[in-house]
Amino acid sequence: MKSGLTLLQAVLAVVAGGTALFGLVGAAISADAELLLTLAFGFGALTLARFVWRPISFWLDGVAAALIALTLVWALPRGTVMPGHYWFGMVSAWAFAWLFVDQLSAAIRKGTVPRQAMGLLIPAVFGVSLLVMWEIVTRGANVPPVLLPAPSAIGAQLANSAPILWADFVQTFVKSVIPGYIIGCLAGLVVAIAVDRSPFLKAGLLPIGNFMSALPIIGIAPIMVMWFGFDWQSKAAVVVAMTFFPMLVNTVAGLNAASSIERDLMRTYAANYWQTLLKLRLPAAGPFIFNALKINSTLALIGAIVAEFFGTPVVGMGFRISTGVGRLAIDLVWAEIAVAAVAGSAFYGVIALIERGVTFWHPSVRGGRA
Amino acid sequence: MSVTSINSSTTGTGVALPVVEAEHLGLTFSTNDGDVVALSDVNLTIEKGDFVSFIGPSGCGKTTFLRTIADLEQPTSGTLRINGQTPENARKDRAYGYVFQAPALYPWRTIEKNIALPLEIMGHSAQQQAERIKRTMDLVNLTGFEKKYPWQLSGGMQQRASIARALAFDADLLLMDEPFGALDEIVRDHLNSELLKLWDRTKKTICFVTHSIPEAVYLSTKIVVMSPRPGRVTDVIESNLPRERPLDIRETPEFLAIAARVRDGLRAGHSYEEVM
Repeated sequence: MKSGLTLLQAVLAVVAGGTALFGLVGAAISADAELLLTLAFGFGALTLARFVWRPISFWLDGVAAALIALTLVWALPRGTVMPGHYWFGMVSAWAFAWLFVDQLSAAIRKGTVPRQAMGLLIPAVFGVSLLVMWEIVTRGANVPPVLLPAPSAIGAQLANSAPILWADFVQTFVKSVIPGYIIGCLAGLVVAIAVDRSPFLKAGLLPIGNFMSALPIIGIAPIMVMWFGFDWQSKAAVVVAMTFFPMLVNTVAGLNAASSIERDLMRTYAANYWQTLLKLRLPAAGPFIFNALKINSTLALIGAIVAEFFGTPVVGMGFRISTGVGRLAIDLVWAEIAVAAVAGSAFYGVIALIERGVTFWHPSVRGGRA
Repeated sequence: MSVTSINSSTTGTGVALPVVEAEHLGLTFSTNDGDVVALSDVNLTIEKGDFVSFIGPSGCGKTTFLRTIADLEQPTSGTLRINGQTPENARKDRAYGYVFQAPALYPWRTIEKNIALPLEIMGHSAQQQAERIKRTMDLVNLTGFEKKYPWQLSGGMQQRASIARALAFDADLLLMDEPFGALDEIVRDHLNSELLKLWDRTKKTICFVTHSIPEAVYLSTKIVVMSPRPGRVTDVIESNLPRERPLDIRETPEFLAIAARVRDGLRAGHSYEEVM
């Protein structure tokens, strides 16, 4: 193909350039055209030249996507529905972004673009595209904020209520999630080691752990509030109950991960139980334990937030969400959700990073054969 | 030779016990399909400094016998003495080093840390550990690979590291269960001649399980031929080959004569199977 594109890329290029051209025509016949947006449409339409003149760099597609998206968001009217031809802009920006990312990933595969620096660009473009489309749809179609506020409104709320959000974060994440997570995971680990050592405990404790994990959180949360009071202690207790079982089963499985030949080796050294545990079985269980830690990092946050629905002092992410919905302060709810998502992802990310450092030897981390 | 026999040539230094002494040794595994006789009436004496190979088809109990010496399996009849002790006490005395079919190096430890593993367990000081790691890595020609992880080395180097690990704590008895079975023939020849040199330098007693006739004849001072169902010893061949053995000794008539006798012994074991 003359433009040097795959079929998908060619289709995207036609859609991107074509809708930009339509947007340009729309701007020409409409009464009040935004100058910057019109120029961006013009730039996008010019990329169609790749089919008749010569292939163009994919960076130009990226620039076109950014220009159209930026000028479109800039031109969005307040309080009314946007002009019809703006929709061409949204489709065009989306198609340009896709086209850009597709060519960029192909270039990374071929090695013409450094993986380290540009690898992050792809998820970033994806995330930003999503936000831009969200912004355009909610504001362009004038969606009521109670249904779905625009990202810019959520961002403004984030900035305005930063002290409230921070207090909620401290209450829920620092006071409830972290202690509950640590206690729950440690308890799961210790009980797993005990269960592994004693067949009696295996018969007794494993079913109890199983039973605890089957309890619905909305059932145990009010009970924990009655037991441990309204403050963070009851939330931490819910988190303990939620994180205990995944750690227990994963560690029990992990402690059996060492091969028989590796255990025989320890036996030939006349190693005692604790030496075998510390030098062989716990390291071999590492990948399993980290799986549990990762699963629990997200479970713990969910548990703490939901538990706050059942009685809490007037602070906390779950409290803010439940009262925010009641007061129709939906943008505050969304801001709280954004904080929870960022905190949860960061928590998971930190655990995953530690995992890479600790279980560097496992084939799943070093990417080699067993 | 009986347990109580005294080597009269030693003057005052005490009793020269055989390293391994088995009398009417039997081992029966009970499985869901009934009992399996892995070893039946095995009588064998291994003296200090011997290089003994166990050869036979799979299922003949050669690995089981080695594992019984190492106290990884318990005999169901007869007696077994290691340095005059029960296998359990010998194991607790760290009387032997065991080299498994697979290197079984722990992937989260570097090569030097893997070799340090038995030393850590046996409570050697850090300085002693460093000194022994250096010496044994030298012995198996792995110097320079201390900081590598097992998965960064070839199969042959991994198995050499596992031999170094078995040598590190200076047990007089080395038990090797088909250590080179998974390696190609070129690497295997090389490691065999290195093993012989190592045996000559360290004066250790080595029990070596294999199913290769040339390997057994090349390495051993004594070849134990075994046959299956039930696992038993059919022949014990003393080799009169010199201790110094270049690889091309394998073409000499003496070598071929011993190999022929081993082959005959193995065939005898098989004909028994056909009669059944």
